[in-house]
Amino acid sequence: MKFQKRLLRAEPNFQILTKLWQVNWLYVLLICALAVIGYGALYSAGGGTSRPFAGPQSIRFCFGLVMMLGIALMSPAILVRMAWPLYIFSLILLVAVLRMGHVGKGAERWLMLGGMQVQPSELAKIALVLMLASWFHKISYRSMGNPLMLVPPALMVLLPVALVLKEPNLGTAVIIGTVGASLFFGAGMRLWQIALLVLPMPFLARIAYGHLHDYQKARVTTFLHPESDPLGAGYNIIQSKIALGSGGMWGQGYLRGTQGQLNFLPEKQTDFIFTMIAEEWGYVGGITVIAMLLLLVFGGMLIAMRSRNQFGRLLGLGISMNFFLYCAVNLSMVMGAIPVGGVPLPLISYGGSAMLMVMFGFGLLMSAWVHRNSTFGETTPGEKD
Amino acid sequence: MKLRKKKSGNRLMSRPEEGKNPSRGVFTRRALLLMAAQGAVLGALGERLYGLQVLNGSHYAKLAENNRLSKRFFAPPRGRITDRFGISVAANRINWRALLLAEETSDINGTLERFAQLVPLEPRDSVRIEHELRHKRRFIPIMLRDFLSWDDMARLELNMPSLPGVLIDVGTTRVYPFGPLMAHVVGYVAPPAEKDVVHNAELALPGMRVGRSGIEQTQDLNLRGQVGSVEMEVNAVGRVMAELDRDPGLTGDEIALTIDSGLQQQVLGRIGDQSASAVVMDCRNGEVLAMVSNPSFDPSLFDSGVSQAQWIEWTNNSQTPLINKAVSGLYPPGSTFKPAVAMAALRAGTLTPSDRINCPGYIDVGGTRFHCWSRYGHGTINLRQGLKYSCDVFFYEVARRTGMDPIAATSELFGLGAKLPEIELPHVRQGLIPTPTWRRAHGHHWNGGDTIVSGIGQGFVQVTPLQLATYASRIATGRNVQPHLIRSVAGRMADLTDLGRAPGMDMPEHFFEDIRAGMFAVVNEEGGTAPKARLDIPGVQMAGKTGSAQVRRVSRAMRESGHFNSANLPWEYRPHALFICFAPYDAPRYATAVVIEHGNAGADVAAPLARDIMTDTLRRDPVNHREPPGQEVAQAEVD
Repeated sequence: MKFQKRLLRAEPNFQILTKLWQVNWLYVLLICALAVIGYGALYSAGGGTSRPFAGPQSIRFCFGLVMMLGIALMSPAILVRMAWPLYIFSLILLVAVLRMGHVGKGAERWLMLGGMQVQPSELAKIALVLMLASWFHKISYRSMGNPLMLVPPALMVLLPVALVLKEPNLGTAVIIGTVGASLFFGAGMRLWQIALLVLPMPFLARIAYGHLHDYQKARVTTFLHPESDPLGAGYNIIQSKIALGSGGMWGQGYLRGTQGQLNFLPEKQTDFIFTMIAEEWGYVGGITVIAMLLLLVFGGMLIAMRSRNQFGRLLGLGISMNFFLYCAVNLSMVMGAIPVGGVPLPLISYGGSAMLMVMFGFGLLMSAWVHRNSTFGETTPGEKD
Repeated sequence: MKLRKKKSGNRLMSRPEEGKNPSRGVFTRRALLLMAAQGAVLGALGERLYGLQVLNGSHYAKLAENNRLSKRFFAPPRGRITDRFGISVAANRINWRALLLAEETSDINGTLERFAQLVPLEPRDSVRIEHELRHKRRFIPIMLRDFLSWDDMARLELNMPSLPGVLIDVGTTRVYPFGPLMAHVVGYVAPPAEKDVVHNAELALPGMRVGRSGIEQTQDLNLRGQVGSVEMEVNAVGRVMAELDRDPGLTGDEIALTIDSGLQQQVLGRIGDQSASAVVMDCRNGEVLAMVSNPSFDPSLFDSGVSQAQWIEWTNNSQTPLINKAVSGLYPPGSTFKPAVAMAALRAGTLTPSDRINCPGYIDVGGTRFHCWSRYGHGTINLRQGLKYSCDVFFYEVARRTGMDPIAATSELFGLGAKLPEIELPHVRQGLIPTPTWRRAHGHHWNGGDTIVSGIGQGFVQVTPLQLATYASRIATGRNVQPHLIRSVAGRMADLTDLGRAPGMDMPEHFFEDIRAGMFAVVNEEGGTAPKARLDIPGVQMAGKTGSAQVRRVSRAMRESGHFNSANLPWEYRPHALFICFAPYDAPRYATAVVIEHGNAGADVAAPLARDIMTDTLRRDPVNHREPPGQEVAQAEVD
């Protein structure tokens, strides 16, 4: 309520309906199209019924859609104010999940909050994007040249990364780190600073590998030689490749993908939902889904570029990068290009908090679009907000 | 920058000079760079997808089929074995059994407990079930009990709701309606041994049986049939989702034996409880009409496993119930060998039918005295009389003149001590007609006396009852008949069943006539050794030859003491009683050989038995019937 009053006070002439009209409906349509594909895939993964997966997921999507539109109406000022509390809240959840979280399948930590499973790392990603966007929004491009100015945002990134690593969820930690890095990059981090950071990376990676959990190392080794352990850790990769390959050019037909329907495909409703789609719809279906995902990513980047304030740009960049990384990691994983890690395919995979957080992210992106012409708080030389 | 100018009119959103902030330009360049990277990554993934799905699609499709399809095999019903009239002697009985599918019950122990209340489980079963529960996967059924009775079934069916996971299933077991009567010929089956399974994986299928003896063993491959299969779609844990294709397999071939089960029964009845063997043959085509070896055993015991006690009892029995004496029992032929010796001499020219030899009751050869069975001798006699009286001295002399090698050669032509290639039984023994060469090969010297003793079928000579019957058939017909037990396989008549197909014996017919006449005299003439073998059927006569084969050398002291009577010896030292014969004399159709172990005297024991068997055979006349003659045989209640 407080936010709403503030919103009305800040831009009194901006009516809610006008703002809704400003929403990029083409983009929303694309999101809905992917969600429909997801519904169809979950319907098939449920063995031709909507009961186990598709039904609940569609309700979540509708809820997420409403939430997205609600957030799209919020002005950057409100969002910036939300950044700190949300970020702190996400850190608290990350700590809480370490203390009393439930573990499913070795990683994927979740908390029970009000009868709902919540994966704090999902929230942490969005909160971090919001946090970094508002941080870089507040400092000037010139002050970025001072490395000291980069220390607080670096800590903002490292804190959730460390907590997620501790869960331990390597895949998500890498995504959070990369999203953070992309924001640094987009915010105008100097090239020499980047070089200084990137050069010692191989050395650090070696040390990091030594600290990986055994099951994570197993993923790396079985990824390199999946046939060495066909019924163990390599099973997922092999079965996924078999299912993809058996789809061929045109697919085995909807609800007729043998590998998915007969459960040879593991985690078909979550991590391997894309395999299921590509088995039943073939390469044609698979490449269509990839193209639509790419459209969403590029759309988000274009929205970011269209914004006249640094906050909106960085928000758009962060959300798009986050979405892109999700897609890229999941797709690489199901195609056996990188080791398996519990990263779902956004909008399509079954899962409540992932869906809500993706829609939350799109809400922020829409807000950036709706308020693209606001130069709110831009610390330009010679001017103050 | 164009953009900024255009939008600068927006009174609410735009502020002047915001474009001076260099961050937007930097951002746009860097965002485009990131977009290029994003496009490259997703493009590369699309390319990889193309490789997986389109370029290597067929390879993965094949792997997917392997994942999905599972072929399961099931044992086909074993072929039936019938007698010559189609009466089952080995068949399959439906076996209802209770199985437990562990994955379908949440409370295995509860189910088992309730099951045991309805159908008692033996401790042995319980142990086995527990073992299988631990070692088999949960979707593979475990056998709880087989051979369920109708009562058991009814109780189980009624209580099915309280027995989750219990299934009732049907399989087959082998049954032998005639039990011990045909056990030696038909044989028996048993579950395959592990080494069989190594060589033939089909045998691992539940319900598969392997023939372990008799026709079941030699015709195992014909009887086994073709394994059926079901191609199924299975899911990742191996559970069947759908049946795609079913090959019912092929029931094993039905095998019809030459045996007449009714005659077999009668022969066994005649033998009673003596340890004996009898073979009845169609002497024109070699079909074995009856083959009895007594005592016998129950072949069905082997299917479920023979108990230790039963096994010990069988193997310790001096009358060897497990051995088919007709083909595996080796006996000295005794005087039944004499026709063969006579034929050898006739062929060698060392004897003519009219040659006369004096029998004073003994003969001295090389310083050893060989006695005739008659202490008083038979006087001067010819071949016909020699056979009729079974004079030992006559044949000592004939053997001495002829020499062992021609005797051995001729006997082997008669099938004695020779392989009988057509007989479809395992463990067929060849016996032995000794020759000097054979003796030397074993490091001994062949004495002249060895030939003499062999002349009356003693010494090293050993033959089987089946060989004796074959020998009688060949004498009767002058044809090289081959004994065999199989009349047809899967409805196809076996070879050799055609009348007169057997080739001639390469011996002059008039020699045969001389020998047959001697054998006729044995039975039908006054003073012959086997008057008790005379048939009681008007117009039908039988020719035969007695034999009493010593199993232990009778010392001169014993013989000359005058008190010697072999009937007083312990059973296992008494001579075997033998008889070979054929009838009707003027148109031979049936030949029989009888060996009674330690039966003492061929003339007194074997001859009447052979007469009875021949009488039964002639009355039934199985070779001229298409249906089982008489009412003696009841159709067993199996299919």
